[in-house]
Amino acid sequence: MKLITYNFLTSKCIRGVKVGYPLKLKIVQKEVVQTDFNPEFITRLLPRLDYPTVHMAAELVDCAEGVPKELGENYAADQDLLQKLHHILLEIDIIEGQLECPETGRIFPITQGIPNMLLNEDEV
Amino acid sequence: MARMKLRKLEEYLQGVDGFEKPKILLEQYPTPSHIASCMLFDIQSKYDDLENKLVADLGSGSGMLSIGAFLLGAQFTVGFELDSDAIEIFRNNVADMELPAIDCVQCDVIRDLTIDSWDNVFDTVVMNPPFGTKHNAGMDMRFLESAVRLSNQSIYSLHKTSTRDYISKKTKEWSVTGEVVAKLRYNIDSLYKFHKKSSVDIEVDFWKFDSSNKNI
Ligand SMILES: C[S@@+](CC[C@H](N)C(=O)[O-])C[C@H]1O[C@@H](n2cnc3c(N)ncnc32)[C@H](O)[C@@H]1O
Repeated sequence: MKLITYNFLTSKCIRGVKVGYPLKLKIVQKEVVQTDFNPEFITRLLPRLDYPTVHMAAELVDCAEGVPKELGENYAADQDLLQKLHHILLEIDIIEGQLECPETGRIFPITQGIPNMLLNEDEV
Repeated sequence: MARMKLRKLEEYLQGVDGFEKPKILLEQYPTPSHIASCMLFDIQSKYDDLENKLVADLGSGSGMLSIGAFLLGAQFTVGFELDSDAIEIFRNNVADMELPAIDCVQCDVIRDLTIDSWDNVFDTVVMNPPFGTKHNAGMDMRFLESAVRLSNQSIYSLHKTSTRDYISKKTKEWSVTGEVVAKLRYNIDSLYKFHKKSSVDIEVDFWKFDSSNKNI
């Protein structure tokens, strides 16, 4: 699971959960993969993401250096920053770990790179 | 990345392993590699909807469409799939081919994607949805509804030709435009790994939808 995917996951499907976001990410094992850097793609993607959660995840994987807490207006022109965000969002692969619902503590396991967001019938 | 030739794409997709023990109830048959490669090739060459795009594959199964999308230059693809056994094969296919830009999320496309967190995220959605059986008729329409929510631009999907009018009507209600861009014919029973009885071909439409003015 890349951190781009993490940014969109919620536990809102659980009955009674109001926001379910961000999920608490615990990383047991991660890998770094390499993908083509495309600054236009990152620029288009950023408005769709929850930026505070991007920053929080960056800190968690020790990549927050040079990544601002808040996104300025001219990020599209900042190649350095786009490159860093590309790395954080698309190149860090969480292999083993878990996601925890912030409201109920329900755990969603990440096994061999795949988050299991399935709920039991009695949870929805 | 230089664009891959159609023949090369089909060769790669022939190497994608299918379902080990297909579950009929979930309609677990892979899109035939020939059809998948032609579809995806058209999506890129005619409509420019894969290269550099963020792509979703609903009911990703063993990964045929996700892998093809990657090979044609998608920047990042997320497959959504319910079944653990299918996901296992998806993972092996992606690992064997060493494809770094594909994720998979285990979830129910119908139940879990109707909340808003993935709304409007994807440039392009591709899918070969379950068509539904007597017991769960209209599965493909529920997949299509999730696809409309997730996408901000284009959706490509396969549906039985017999449902064409219904799809036109339904998508109009969502302010989504659509057209049938190719008509296909294939034998679904023969696509299951251990099929026993042979049966008839069915007619299938390859649809392209535009969700940029959606109202859902
Ligand atoms: C016809 S197969 C297509 C597989 C693959 N996309 C391909 O083109 O080869 C349909 C897939 O949808 C999955 N599926 C069925 N119902 C689902 C649901 N509610 N949520 C997620 N996936 C589902 C099945 O397990 C199966 O893998």
